[in-house]
Formats: sequence, structure tokens, C-alpha cells
Amino acid sequence: MENERILDVENMSKFFPIASGGGAFRRKTADLRAVDGISFHIMKGETLGIVGESGCGKTTTGRCVLRLYDNIKGTVSFEGTDLTKLGAEQARRARREMQMIFQDPMASLDPRMTVGKIIGEPFRAHGEPERKDEIAELFRMVELDPNMAGRYPHEFSGGQRQRIGIARALALRPKFIVCDEPVSALDVSVQAQIIALLEGLREELGLTYLFIAHDLSVVRHISDRVAVMYLGKIVEITRSDELYSNPLHPYTLALLSAVPIPNPRLDRQRRRVMLSGDVPSPVNLPRGCRFNPRCPKRASGLCSEVEPELKPLSPGSDHWVACHHA
Amino acid sequence: MAEFSAGEEGKNRKILEIKNLRTHFHTKAGPLKAVDGLSYHVYKGESVGVVGESGCGKSISAMSVLRLIPNPPGEIVSGEILFNGQDLLKLTEQEMREIRGNRIAMIFQEPSASLNPVLTVRRQLSETLELHRGLDKKQSLEESIRLLKQVGIPDAERRVHDYPFQFSGGMQQRIMIAMGLSCKPELLIADEPTTSLDVTIQAQLMELIDDLRRTSGISVIIITHNLGLVARYVDRVNVMYTGRLVESCSTQQLFDGPAHPYTSALLASVPRLDSPRKKSMRVIKGLPPDLTRLPSGCSFHPRCESAMDICRKEIPPLEHIAGDHYCACFFDHGKYL
Repeated sequence: MENERILDVENMSKFFPIASGGGAFRRKTADLRAVDGISFHIMKGETLGIVGESGCGKTTTGRCVLRLYDNIKGTVSFEGTDLTKLGAEQARRARREMQMIFQDPMASLDPRMTVGKIIGEPFRAHGEPERKDEIAELFRMVELDPNMAGRYPHEFSGGQRQRIGIARALALRPKFIVCDEPVSALDVSVQAQIIALLEGLREELGLTYLFIAHDLSVVRHISDRVAVMYLGKIVEITRSDELYSNPLHPYTLALLSAVPIPNPRLDRQRRRVMLSGDVPSPVNLPRGCRFNPRCPKRASGLCSEVEPELKPLSPGSDHWVACHHA
Repeated sequence: MAEFSAGEEGKNRKILEIKNLRTHFHTKAGPLKAVDGLSYHVYKGESVGVVGESGCGKSISAMSVLRLIPNPPGEIVSGEILFNGQDLLKLTEQEMREIRGNRIAMIFQEPSASLNPVLTVRRQLSETLELHRGLDKKQSLEESIRLLKQVGIPDAERRVHDYPFQFSGGMQQRIMIAMGLSCKPELLIADEPTTSLDVTIQAQLMELIDDLRRTSGISVIIITHNLGLVARYVDRVNVMYTGRLVESCSTQQLFDGPAHPYTSALLASVPRLDSPRKKSMRVIKGLPPDLTRLPSGCSFHPRCESAMDICRKEIPPLEHIAGDHYCACFFDHGKYL
């Protein structure tokens, strides 16, 4: 791993306005705080995993990093350039280096295009000639037969479609890829194939990944470091091994204990933390720590008064946690 | 594991026994054998898992039990489904309706797709209560509230009048479970009940189903692809591949020493929280085959690392290998001879 930050996110927020009323009376009444002031960085060649439940802001984070939204607060520096300050056209050019792989390969592939066209589209989008040999090479990289270029997406299985999505993301030889739940829709045996492919490509091409998923075992397997998100905030971030062996935030603990281990004897010996209730709405956030209404610890009055800051365990530690009682 | 004891008479009584079930679909490409010679059983108070990847026939076999296979194109070609000794395939549609929802209930994967969006929860719950249990309006409202409380919906007195969209996904699935339990069924079939839900909500719901099983002695079939859920909530496991059973054993046996190469490959292909992080996963080559063009012999042989000549020619029967352990593999039969 080179000692260089490829991505640096500082105090990034993305709010979506909620409006009510009709016609001339339509007014913004509230903000949905999808991502609420998060900071993290990714080193070159590193894989950062983001885990969390639906609505925690992990997908919005991935999209903000690629500047797929406007009105992002804070800074998102990619190789030293602050993407939030760029105009639309400049951002498009900057995005050459950054690509995305989506969860549902069927929804992200145009059903009326042949897969050869789909994989060649990034070249056209950036005004470059489509090179047959390069497209064939992309097929080979994702272990598909280049002779299938004339077929349509529906003729492929879910795993093969995901390979097509990956080939498209690789077309412009990006440095950085946001993988948004890339294996969640796939069967177990196919999931393993795609994970192995992503790992192989990372080594071969020196890629950096932001890997978003809700499956904690998958994220642990592929990531060097992992960030846990809850209601738009990062509650804990550290090295993968450290997070799973020494989780400090009560939410991380609950999340980990909710995942059963495929071994009945071991699983019975594990400590179980059950959470009650659902995730609160990101429109009406709880006062104090966002997790306090569901927290099994809820150790002091401080939790319902003051929002805890994400800070290192000890000065210089790479284990950061946002809890008054960690 | 099974702490529930159903009294001496109830123990080891088979509540459901599927014998040699074949459910085929007629397609342009020829018959699609979704379920092809499946046999398994469920004891009273037991929780049984049916595991496999998409297209292995696990859902179709469950829908066959309730005779919910659309015909055409589907058809239950042969077999027996004995529920308390009575063959469900011989019942009239009228008699079957008495069983569905009443004595065998089913919970589906997508709660938002299974609840009627234009009816309040009360209407949907009381419909079955009034129809199957003959309660009047007032009783059915009280019972609906009791059921919602039982599945842990807060403020049930007020929420019973809400519409499904006013509930979160986890709460909707709780309502589905309440509906499933409303007629005190003897058997609950849960088809991927938590696949679309978050892990903490998944844990809440699986605990709920497990508690209900322990306290009321209901039998449960859990259909899933999640081997972790199997380890935690299931007594006995049936592993399916291309419409057939490849292995059947107790949960502990499955994780201690799977006998079928497909089962062991499946176990090795999931990343696990309890193994070293950088341990590489074993990848199963290829894809499950097209069900209209199954390979000759054992349908797993093109992907199997231990395939022998006989595997390409003959279909291995499900054979008893030890205790309560059954496996359909020539390689393995050899090992135990």
C-alpha cells in the first residue's frame, strides 16, 4: 500500500429537502439528513468498507464521493482536487478516474443494448474511439467470452451481468471504484466468484475500492478498514481485524451479534445483543446520541443530551469511535 | 436447538411427510423439473431448514405443500404430501382451503407484496379470524390487537387501524407473522422470511419465530439460502440442488462434517465472521444448470471436484449414511462402504 491518500472526505453532508403543501404554498418543511457531517480518507490501493442498515446513508456517501449529487456540503478531495467545487462538466471529466458498480446488474444495464455496446459506452461518453481489442480485453478481465459481445443482458445470469457491470466500470481504467452492494443480489456460490474477481482485479490493476454492503462477513473479507454508519454518521471506523475482534460502539456490537455464524456450537457461545425497535427517521433525529433510543447500554444522561464526537481511542490510534462510554 | 418437548405422544410424530414429490412446469423449452423426486419430513415441534441457491426448487416445494402452484404452466406430477397422515394432493379445493392459512400457514419473502395496500391491518387480520375461527367483529378486533402485541408491535390498539405502508419493512413482516399465526396453525412455512430485512431486524424476527415455536409447539419450515440462520435456528437441514435433496441431516452434523461435495463447497464459499479474515474462500466453479437441460447423471457433476465416471451416468439415490444423516453422492457412498 502506498502512503498516499487518494480520497479525503472532510465534514461531508448531504441533506434532501422535504417539502409539503401544494402549488404556491409548497414550502420546504424539513431536511432529511442522509449524510450528516462525516470525515474519512482512503489510502491508495486500500479498500474501505462501509456497513450499516438501510437508510444509514451508506449509498448516499458513495454517490457524494463520485459527486453524483449537487449541493454537497464539506469537501471531497480526490487526488487533491475538491470535487464539490467543480462545475458539472469539470466533474464529469474528473469522474473518468472514478467509477461505480451497482447492486442490481439488471437495473443498471440497458436491456436494448448489446453487452458489447454497454461495455464500450464509457468510451463514447468521453468522446473516445471504441476499440474492439480493448473491449475484448475487458471481457477477458472479467472472465467472460468476448464472443458473447453481440448478446443482450437478459441472456446472461445474475453473476454474468454483474461481470458486465464490472467490465463497464473498468473500461476507462479508473483508479477508484465505488462498489455499492455488488454481491447482495447474487446467490452464495456466485457471490464468492464475484468477490474473488474483485479481489483479483484490485491486485492486477492496483485499484482502490469503497465497498458498501450490509453483509458484515463480506465486508470484513474484502476490506482493509471498515466504517460503521448509523443515521448519517460514522459511529466507528478502524482496521477490519480490529473492528471485528474489538468492536467498541454498542451499535457495532449489536450489528455483529445479529449475524449468525455458520457453526451452531460456536454460535451458541457468542454474546448476543438484541436491539429493540427500528432505526429512527433521519428527518426527526433523536436528541443527543442518535443511537441512544435503541442503545442497550445508554449509560448516562449525557447520551440523550450531547451528540458524541468521532474521536480516536487514544491519541494517534487508528480506532475511532463515537460513543461517550466506549 | 430443540428444547421443546411435545409430550411423549407428540414426540417423533411426523406432522408433514413429503414423498417423492415431482412438480414440473411446462415451458416452450420442454418440461422444467423444478422439484423432481423430493422427500423429507418434519416432526412435531421441530424446526426444519430447506437450503439451496435460487432455482433449486426450495420455494416451489413449499408452495406445492400448500398446492399454490399455478396450473398451467405448473403441475404436481406425482408424489404424496402427508399432513398428519392425510395426503393433501387428494383433497378437493374446498378441503384444501380449510387447511391453508388455518392449519398450515406461510410467510413470504416480501411483506410489502403480500399485504393488501388498500386495506387496514385490522381488516386483513380479521378477515382470516372471522372466516376460519368464526369470531364476530368485536372479538376479531380484540384478537387482532392481541396478535399484534404478541409479535411485538408497540401501541397495537392504535396501530391496528393503520395501513401497511405506515409500517416499516420489519414491522410489516411482523404483521405477516401475526397473520400466519392468527389461526393457530400446526405448521408454519417461512419462505426467506428475513431476506429483504436488515440484520438487526432479521435477528428480532427470527427470535420471535423461534420463541413462538418453543412456547406453542408449532412446527416450522425455514426456507433460506443463509447458512448462518440455519446454524442458529434450525434442528435439521435439507440441502437441495436442482429440485432434489442432496443431503439431509441434523444441523450439527451439517456443520461438523457435510457429506455431499455441494454442501461442503457451499459452506466453504461464504465469508465467515469466525474464520481468519484473509482466508480465501473456495469458489464453486460454474453456475447451477438450466433446469430444462439438466446434465446426465448427478446434476452437480459438472461443478464437482470429486466427480467420477458413474456420476456422469447415473443419478445417485439419497442413501442413509449414519444416524439421521442422508446423502445423495456416489463418492460419499464409497467412503462409507
